[in-house]
Amino acid sequence: MTTTHTGVPTATRATVAARATDLTKVYGQGETQVVALDQVSVEFRQAEFTAIMGPSGSGKSTLMHCMAGLDAVSRGSALIGDTELNGLKDKHLTRLRRDKIGFIFQAFNLLPTLTALENITLPMDIAGRKPDREWLDRVVQTVGLSGRLKHRPSQLSGGQQQRVAVARALASRPEIIFADEPTGNLDSRSGAEVLGFLRNSVRELGQTVVMVTHDPVAAAYADRVVFLADGRIVDDMRDPTADRVLERMKGFDARGRVS
Amino acid sequence: MFRTAVRNVLAHKARLLMTVLAVMLGVAFVSGTLVFTSTLSDAQQKSSQKGFAGVDVAVQPHRSDAADAKPGAAPKLSRALLDQAGRVPGAAGATGTVEGFTAIADKSGKLVGNGFSSRGRNYFPGPDGKDARFPMTSGTAPKGAGQVALDSGTAEKTGYKVGDTVRLSVDGPVREAKVSGVFTTEDGAVAAGGSLALFDTATAQQLFHMPGGFSEIDVKAAPGTSQDALKSAVDKVLPDTAEAVTGKKLADDQAEMIAKSMDSMKTGLLVFAGIALFVGIFIIANTFTMLVAQRTKELALMRAVGASRRQVTRSVLIEAFVVGAVAAVTGLLAGIGIGAGLRALTGALGTVPDGPLVVAPSTVVASLVVGIVVTVLAAWLPGRRAAKIPPVAAMNSVHAAATTKSLVVRNAIGAVLAAAGIACVLGATAVGSDQGKALMSLGAGLLLIGVFVLTPLLSRPLIAAAAPVLRAFGISGKLARQNAVRNPRRTAATASALMIGLTLVTGLTVIAGSVQKGVDKMATDALKADYVVGMANRGPLSPDVAKTLAADPEVTASSPLRNAPARIGGETEYLTGVDGKAIGELTNLKFTAGSFDGLGDPKANRAVVDSGTAKQHGWQVGSSFATTFEDGKKGRLTVSGIYEGNEMLRGIMLDTSVLAPHQKHPTDMQVMVKTKDGATDAAKDSLVETLGKNPAITVQDKKDVSEDIARMINLMLNMLYGLLAMAVIVAVLGVVNTLAMSVFERQQEIGMLRAIGLDRAGIKRMVRLESLVIALFGGVLGIGLGVFFGWAAGELIGASLDTYELVLPWGRMGIFLALAAVVGMLAALWPARRAAKLNMLAAIKAE
Repeated sequence: MTTTHTGVPTATRATVAARATDLTKVYGQGETQVVALDQVSVEFRQAEFTAIMGPSGSGKSTLMHCMAGLDAVSRGSALIGDTELNGLKDKHLTRLRRDKIGFIFQAFNLLPTLTALENITLPMDIAGRKPDREWLDRVVQTVGLSGRLKHRPSQLSGGQQQRVAVARALASRPEIIFADEPTGNLDSRSGAEVLGFLRNSVRELGQTVVMVTHDPVAAAYADRVVFLADGRIVDDMRDPTADRVLERMKGFDARGRVS
Repeated sequence: MFRTAVRNVLAHKARLLMTVLAVMLGVAFVSGTLVFTSTLSDAQQKSSQKGFAGVDVAVQPHRSDAADAKPGAAPKLSRALLDQAGRVPGAAGATGTVEGFTAIADKSGKLVGNGFSSRGRNYFPGPDGKDARFPMTSGTAPKGAGQVALDSGTAEKTGYKVGDTVRLSVDGPVREAKVSGVFTTEDGAVAAGGSLALFDTATAQQLFHMPGGFSEIDVKAAPGTSQDALKSAVDKVLPDTAEAVTGKKLADDQAEMIAKSMDSMKTGLLVFAGIALFVGIFIIANTFTMLVAQRTKELALMRAVGASRRQVTRSVLIEAFVVGAVAAVTGLLAGIGIGAGLRALTGALGTVPDGPLVVAPSTVVASLVVGIVVTVLAAWLPGRRAAKIPPVAAMNSVHAAATTKSLVVRNAIGAVLAAAGIACVLGATAVGSDQGKALMSLGAGLLLIGVFVLTPLLSRPLIAAAAPVLRAFGISGKLARQNAVRNPRRTAATASALMIGLTLVTGLTVIAGSVQKGVDKMATDALKADYVVGMANRGPLSPDVAKTLAADPEVTASSPLRNAPARIGGETEYLTGVDGKAIGELTNLKFTAGSFDGLGDPKANRAVVDSGTAKQHGWQVGSSFATTFEDGKKGRLTVSGIYEGNEMLRGIMLDTSVLAPHQKHPTDMQVMVKTKDGATDAAKDSLVETLGKNPAITVQDKKDVSEDIARMINLMLNMLYGLLAMAVIVAVLGVVNTLAMSVFERQQEIGMLRAIGLDRAGIKRMVRLESLVIALFGGVLGIGLGVFFGWAAGELIGASLDTYELVLPWGRMGIFLALAAVVGMLAALWPARRAAKLNMLAAIKAE
């Protein structure tokens, strides 16, 4: 299953969906200059569920934005598949996001005027592509939205809305999905559901998912946790559990949040 | 509270700028109108006062309405009377005036000026041999029939100098005269660009048919004598047929007349200012509604910490007051600029006398009050809505969803109003004519308000109708359509602003086009003549012209339309003298009884009358009636035919031979001519040649007549379009405003769309298409309503204009729709750019 999706590059690269090399992001200039990312190098492997953790201001969101082509890179390299993002024009970045990246946001970010199904197929509509019916059905079934496709977001619960967002990210079979605090606005039950779907999509559909979170329970769903502090990667944990993650996070708190 | 309100104004500068602009434009229009009209009337009053400066008492002929008096023109004032008036106690001398139409040809033979202000009068030398009213700048005063003096403006325009020969015409035939001198004058009409020719008194009396007489005598008071004292002295020597008026009264009357004519112009312009302001109200209400919605949390917080409802409302109203005040002041300044601009423009055209710019205190007050009141009124509802926000709303973390309150009540009210409006309008068309007018206005008002109220309901089906077109634009089109109907109230308010302007423009265009067609048809249908010959000023024409034309071998038939006052049954009526033998070939009148037959028989004393006149007097074919001719002699005429009159030909027609014995100086209104070859350029040239290339006479074929009408109507329409452009500009601001708000409210969505791959062009297209859809929605509504009103008004007009028929100006309607589209595109420029430039990261960040 892991090699079924389209556009998979050469065999040697097949295991890496996205890679950052010496990625640096600087905001502001001169006196007010803030280094958000300081020469970060990290790889996100295919069909793997990676969580990025770190205290506030550690640079975890910035890393995701830079890797997802939402924010410009100051120095270094950010690759999606074998496409270098640094130096790409807005037009190409937009196309790249449209064709190769899926997004899940904390605030659901569905269009209230569209039905659930229309929201799910929105990226394909933007690209002017016909959705793959079979795949779409499967995704919809996986997230358990079959009976609610005609509903508008305002008629859905928060959990259901986020499941629509997950389905939207999965529907166009992107090379990688970036999720920004996807459970931040959900109660714990709905949050667990959504995280379950994300893990299933990795396990069963071979999707690559990178999730930014500050919740150790959410991070425990991932295959791997990358810890950031002060713009640097400080730890990389395989097969995390909530307790281990919490323990690790406590270490940051003890050192304080200077940045 | 005041401080909060002011802070809010400052915090939403950009948002409120639109509101300020909208109010400002309206106020500028109001104050511009007021400044312009008061400046103009001030200048005209001053100039007319100057004109009356030398007049202490004026003696004017007084028309007697006694039954035994001769009908028609008032009698002249005699030379003897002039001498007598000049010698009454307290008089320092008297001046007599004779004046009339005088066309002057420029060096190429064309008429100088527009014909209506081309005048001639007599040079009346005082004891010192000079006429103080007309100081000569070069040459000498005119002497004898062969000399004329010209005003300096005309001399300059034409290049005539002392010693040159000028061709001129008073009542038809061309005369030649040598320029004896050039003079300056304070005369108001000349200051306004008219031409004035001076003859010596005897010549002027001859030319203007007042041998030995005057049309006015001005008496100058000796030092120390008041105007009133002089007037009573003069009164004693006056016959019944003359009356004395003081110079002051003349000046006052003139001032009053000027003020009155200015008033109607002012009212007209203010109506358009009112429309612009009315449209502005929508924008202001829209802006404040959205500002309140955006600040829900903030206002709720204020309520939570103890502000009363009234305080919340007041804070919104104070904000509106500040905005209104700023807008009113800037609008006033802009208006003064507009007034000065218009003044300069009309000054450059040379149609008004000079004068300083007048900004009356009432102008300042009116502008400020209008601006502030309109803004505060428009903010009233949003202010009340703000007060209804419950304090608990401050605690809600979810940002305020667009409240889609039920439109049921609104739709019901709208439907009732619109239905009542349609019923009234239809009722009015059935009733017709005068009673219909009030009902029609009421119905139009109700329908317009009804449609306003219904616009949110109408927006869904009408915008859905655009879906097939929008689908061609892919996802951007789909989103644009859905965004356009997302907040029906807002869309409706925005579209309404555009709708009003287009309703008026379309309605006026339909009416004007239909009237033009109707008048055109009437003018051309009623005439079989190839040409109509008349004076440039529509004034009286010498009978010589008719004679000359009748003698032209190219002319197969011709008839004058000769004006002759008469008294019939105690009323003064005008008889129309025609060539009884030829008239049947020249006109195309429908007879309900009898015909033109035998009208040309000079002994039969026959007359044909239009059906209206016949009905009024109870005449039938064969009836005879008594008439008193203008020389006071009595006669009887027999009705030999009754025809259906129209705007061009109506009244009592009889052969000129019947009138001839009673008329000392007959004059014609027009001469109708039929030529051998019909209406061709060559035939026209030959007629013009026959008439001696006369500057005072126009030769028009049917096409010229209808073009004349068309030109007049087009001129009027273009002026109206210019004025209504104001409403359209305000509407553009409204669309910009709405879009800017929408973009602001949908930041998060737009950010998400950008993140998942909609490029900047796609975002721009989405905003533009939404704008386009809203604008076209307003356009379609406006044009539809306009056509309906145009049709309905036409039904009323049709009652008095038989040939009226509805003409739908498809071309122009297409242009209006395109204009609406352009409005939409223009309005979207800035909001679309803003949306495309939106910071994606900021937009998708959870609040």
